Amino acid sequence: MRELLTMFGSFFKIGLFTFGGGYAMVPIIQCEVIDHRGWVDRDEFVELLTLAQSAPGPIALNTSVFVGYKMRGYAGALAALLGVVVPAFTVILLVAIYFAQFRENVYVNAAFKGMRPAVVALIVSPIVSLSKGMGVWKYVVAAAVALLVWWSGVSPIWLIIVAAVVGVAIELYNSRKHVAR
Amino acid sequence: MIYLQLFLSYLKIGFFGFGGGYAMLSLIQHEVVTERGWITASQFSDIIAISQMTPGPIAINSATYIGYTVAGFWGSVVATTAVSLPAMTLMILITRFYIQLRSNRYVASAMSAMRPVVIGMIGAAALLLIFPHENSDPNFIDAWSWVLFVATLCASARKVNPILLIVLSAVAGIAIYA
Repeated sequence: MRELLTMFGSFFKIGLFTFGGGYAMVPIIQCEVIDHRGWVDRDEFVELLTLAQSAPGPIALNTSVFVGYKMRGYAGALAALLGVVVPAFTVILLVAIYFAQFRENVYVNAAFKGMRPAVVALIVSPIVSLSKGMGVWKYVVAAAVALLVWWSGVSPIWLIIVAAVVGVAIELYNSRKHVAR
Repeated sequence: MIYLQLFLSYLKIGFFGFGGGYAMLSLIQHEVVTERGWITASQFSDIIAISQMTPGPIAINSATYIGYTVAGFWGSVVATTAVSLPAMTLMILITRFYIQLRSNRYVASAMSAMRPVVIGMIGAAALLLIFPHENSDPNFIDAWSWVLFVATLCASARKVNPILLIVLSAVAGIAIYA
């Protein structure tokens, strides 16, 4: 029980002090989980990050479940997950409850008019760093997906499924060719 | 019934949310803005701005906020639980089988094929925020919007802290519009 509480406490800290989500959380998780607590070693953490990125869901959530489960099984996974979720949930709930009162304020309204285009810019900017080193083909696919989802309103879920199937098919084709030779 | 709809929508978002935060935005946008019409495009941007300034992953923040807006306190509990469930179950499975998964060629090939789609989804989220479909109120209202967009993009490419950029754009907004 004590260990579960420690785990909840550590991930609560991670959840409370990371703003901006995802990649911003990585150094903080690293500091707490490797340097401070020694729950996983460095090599394991790098592998874990790759997995946390390739699994669906927020990276911070995935990482917490992995570390928690590895340490204390299901109870550990739940304790770590709650640790990350509870501070985010509480703060946002308070904002949601009290925000309506300020929403019509002239200054708040003006501030949001300024923030909206900035938010869009923050969404655009990781596209550049993520797509570094991709082949021409992949750029074409990425652009086609962006236009298709925007213009037709098709659910991105279908495109993810198609991509996964195509990936498996390519590998099947390659291994057949390999065997035939 | 609204609870069931919220639960299913956020379960879907959690399950197919490959690529983390920003890529999940496209799924969230599709479910809550395009499909369900629970909020407008500019409300969606406001939630992202608030998520950036508050602690925690953007997917959790948006689930809590939208859940509360749509169905009150229990709505926020339902949506937050639903978006966390897939991460919880899938990561436990992955942890158990991760040595086999890591070296599996089919998994690796599927992941590599999904990458451009995930990047395209981030692009779609941005396009929808810049050019929303006609039933939503716009995020870009005048030339100043574009100035702020380009300025933030340049600063972000130079690794300026995103929270600082949100705060600066809020100050600019007050200076321009108030």
